[in-house]
Amino acid sequence: MNGNRTLGYSMLAPALIVIGVFILYPIVGAFVTSFFADTPFAPRRFVGLGNFARLTGDDPAIGSVGFTLLFVAVSTTLEILLGLLMALVMHHTWRGRGWIRAAVLIPWAIPTVVTAVMWKFMFNDQYGFFNLLWHGNAIEYYTAWLADPGSARLAIIMADVWKTSSFAALIILAGLQTIPRELYDAARVDGAGAFRRFRAITLPLLRPAIVLALLFRVIDAFRVFDLVYVMTQGAPGNSTSVLQFYGYQKMFPEQQFGYGSAISVVVFLMIAVFGWIAVRMLSTRMHES
Amino acid sequence: MKRVGIICAVALVTLFSVGPFVWIVGASLKTPATITARPPTIVPDFATTFYETAFGEHNILRYALNSAIVAGTTTLITIVLAALAAYPLARLRLRRRGVILGIVLGASMFPQIAIVGGVYRMLSHWGLLNTYPGLILPYTALALPLAIWILTVFFRALPRELEEAAIVDGCGPVATLRRVFIPLAAPGIFTAAILVFIQSWNEFFFALLITTDPSVQTLPVGIAKFPGQYMVPWGELAAAAVVATVPLVIVVLVLQRRITSGLTAGAVKG
Repeated sequence: MNGNRTLGYSMLAPALIVIGVFILYPIVGAFVTSFFADTPFAPRRFVGLGNFARLTGDDPAIGSVGFTLLFVAVSTTLEILLGLLMALVMHHTWRGRGWIRAAVLIPWAIPTVVTAVMWKFMFNDQYGFFNLLWHGNAIEYYTAWLADPGSARLAIIMADVWKTSSFAALIILAGLQTIPRELYDAARVDGAGAFRRFRAITLPLLRPAIVLALLFRVIDAFRVFDLVYVMTQGAPGNSTSVLQFYGYQKMFPEQQFGYGSAISVVVFLMIAVFGWIAVRMLSTRMHES
Repeated sequence: MKRVGIICAVALVTLFSVGPFVWIVGASLKTPATITARPPTIVPDFATTFYETAFGEHNILRYALNSAIVAGTTTLITIVLAALAAYPLARLRLRRRGVILGIVLGASMFPQIAIVGGVYRMLSHWGLLNTYPGLILPYTALALPLAIWILTVFFRALPRELEEAAIVDGCGPVATLRRVFIPLAAPGIFTAAILVFIQSWNEFFFALLITTDPSVQTLPVGIAKFPGQYMVPWGELAAAAVVATVPLVIVVLVLQRRITSGLTAGAVKG
């Protein structure tokens, strides 16, 4: 058995080496670099917490933190609500279940860049779908949605909700399918109405699935980049800039590796804190049941 | 009454999911004159003008080919490495098994921005910027956590007796994996392969930074950086978007059951 164990570790080794070299090592590098001034224009220099101090006084950075948090909060809430609705609809469909599942999977499968192009086109100020929907033939009122901070933010959130609600729906649907039918039958015998059954049976038993979907969605939403890059480039002003986009701007176009790394460390810590809380919630719930 | 409600709900969900995609397909089938019509026309002209220029002038085929090469190779390498890793994780009593799985899963949650700086410098040091391996290597690392997780779940579900029989017959772990697990877990392997392929086909952030030379760029980068001299060429862009998406839509329509089982693997039992 001991020989098997050694062999087991050696079977694991190739995958762990690839993950180590291309994910873990760069992460450590980002933490280290965040303590340095690192640009091509001057020798690398240790600055301690200087980059983080600079971050607290950098208005666009603070703005990016603000929109990132707003984006995460609003889009994931909508995605879970919509995902729950879609899962309930799919759960109650017998005929054509495969068909509706395929339809729901389409937004999930589409490249995010394509999603962004689609929604940018639908929000176009001249010939976009939303102007047709909102103003009809009154072309003199056609609006440049993406040029206004409020509607540009809303547009990015809508694109994300469209693309990722189906993922939440599938996780929640899998949870729905594990709830035993007998529970509902028993409740029906006791005279509980549909709404009562939903509140007393479905929601509590669905909780682990919902928390799991939320965990995945929140972690992903913190990393939003593609939609912002294609739809607005952070404009108008800095209103739709998010942390991962701002960090990219500092690190690549502006070549400030140290400062960009500090921003990436902040994103990392935000995700880590949230992930830790969510995993604790999940595991305490499992111990309780 | 209840039936009507469900039918309406199904119609709404379908419209919501498919509507925006149908709109862009419609746009790609318009003509240069109708795509800029104000107000926009709803029914397209079913013209192929934009596809002709997208393939002819914008060389969409090159990007599509690059995407296929990168995503295909990534999928192959990832599945081999993930199968090797998932077997001991699912079946052998390793110490620190939980820790290893934790690190693997944790790695998939890191923000790309915290990884890309180091990856960029490594690739630049090795001269791998603007090459296929320069994309395939980090993509493999990004895809491995998901693939390992799915395969571990599938391997764990296989009956123990099979493995014991193989061991009695004198098979070591590698032979057991190859002769017993891989054939039996073929649906799981296939599922993991689809998900890895879709993830790699769609990846944008790393591709944007690692490839600046159009001859190796993938479809998402080609689309995001679509050249427009005076204004955005929406028609050609729509056609390119459809080209990038159609393979995935076909995969989804044919394999939706598999994809669903892969996405929710282990989600329920935890």
